[in-house]
Amino acid sequence: MSLKAKGAVTGVGDTRYSKNSGKSVTTLQMEASLAAIRDAGLDPKEIDGIIVYGNMAVVAEDFITNFGIADLRFSAVTPLGGASAVASVQCAIAAISAGICNHVLIPLGRNGSSGAGGRIGSRVREMPQFRTIGEFEMPMGAIAPAQLYAPMARRHMELYGTTSRQLAEIAVSTRHNAILNGNAMMTKPLTVEDHQASRMISDPLRLYDCSLESDGACAIVVSSAERANDMAQPRVQVLSVAEAHPDSPSAITQRPDMTRLGIAKAAPRAFEMAGVTHKDIQVAEIYDCFTYIVMCQLEDLGFCKKGEGGPFVASGAIKLGGKLPINTHGGLLSQAHMAGLNHVVELVRQLRGEAGKAQVKDAKLGLVTGYGDMGDGTVAIMARG
Amino acid sequence: MTETTYMKPLPEASPDTLPFWKSLQDGKLRIQACSACGKLRHYPRQVCPYCYSMEHKWVEAKGTGTIHSWTTAHHAFHPGFKGELPYTLLTVDLAEGVRMQAQARGIAAGKLKIGLPVKVAFEIATRDLTLPVFVSA
Repeated sequence: MSLKAKGAVTGVGDTRYSKNSGKSVTTLQMEASLAAIRDAGLDPKEIDGIIVYGNMAVVAEDFITNFGIADLRFSAVTPLGGASAVASVQCAIAAISAGICNHVLIPLGRNGSSGAGGRIGSRVREMPQFRTIGEFEMPMGAIAPAQLYAPMARRHMELYGTTSRQLAEIAVSTRHNAILNGNAMMTKPLTVEDHQASRMISDPLRLYDCSLESDGACAIVVSSAERANDMAQPRVQVLSVAEAHPDSPSAITQRPDMTRLGIAKAAPRAFEMAGVTHKDIQVAEIYDCFTYIVMCQLEDLGFCKKGEGGPFVASGAIKLGGKLPINTHGGLLSQAHMAGLNHVVELVRQLRGEAGKAQVKDAKLGLVTGYGDMGDGTVAIMARG
Repeated sequence: MTETTYMKPLPEASPDTLPFWKSLQDGKLRIQACSACGKLRHYPRQVCPYCYSMEHKWVEAKGTGTIHSWTTAHHAFHPGFKGELPYTLLTVDLAEGVRMQAQARGIAAGKLKIGLPVKVAFEIATRDLTLPVFVSA
């Protein structure tokens, strides 16, 4: 048995994204979750599975209490950082296919900008995935993801001639889409020159190569593909989903090939399970904690060869109207950092034809990825119908 | 410098990793070698990923290597590093075939390239902590 076409995303919801929500993380997650459950046409008490994000800011018990769920049959936590959202989709479909539960809620919300947990530099130190880094690299000054990931980008540049201006194309295109979306933190157009003029954070990564820190929440509901036939929205099936971990998942410095991410292992499995090819993908939401990570994933997914990501993103292929429009909502770079669950929400809206001004015409088949911390990778291929 | 004024993150050594940190205080860079199959590994871990032996010894590395990649930090994500911006972090392939990360000392930005030979040096951070750095070889 495989999970091929066994599940569907039957509801999606989100809050406003902002710098300062003025609300608790629990309130934000409840708000987004109620929106997703309503979107699915369900009563909150019908949720019988919940998968929460690895930081466990809100846990299944909070939802049982708030929704009065009488018999939650399945709960889990996905601790893969930014790869968690898509990993949760896999976990949900596995639980549903095993007959454990029917409708799994996957919430994610944070006060990543205003919260008491602090900004990224202090937050990551509390994460178990950063334990090795915490002992052997943070004392040297490699504190935050920008500093831990920059050597990957530098090596790619040295080996393949990739340029900062090519990375800028990702930031520019993503900003364009964020403005079209309407629920995005960044609302001013961005040019390659703006990117080049932005301050250096950790060479070669500039400010506009880096994702946002955001307040807000989003949520999805996953159900069986069979049940989805009779639910409120046009069916968006999960044709395939796969998770993989890189060699040396505890420290990037130890990676045999520093320019290869975990998703390189997951991608062939996902394409094979779905029975589709790269040319069939009409829209892709690619985890974008940093511009470089987008480019590297496009290579590791097989949309271009290793080393050709720079010219590929600079060719216009990734823009709306290009052959592979990506991050049509504005991503983590310009919409909000919801650890990639906003990417799943956007793919579902694209496939339903609900993506507004950034709608990819007649989008029926799309792909969404996750990237976690030291290179964990997840990918799902979804289709309308 | 006394410990009360040291503002940077301190490594939380475990019994599994303490010999690495103790060695640095003696001006030695030591890495784990599997007692069963002899393979070297770094960062320290509990099990040999080649033969699954849980026995290991600590062997002194030559301290020489070449640059695998690098980044120069221009933004301090921790208040302890504000005073030394910009600083360069090197990912170094040690002669023993393992990698480690440490700050560069005295290597001009224009000289940085993959394959540049470097060697380890030791800087006393606190009474209980010595950190490795890399200088031109």
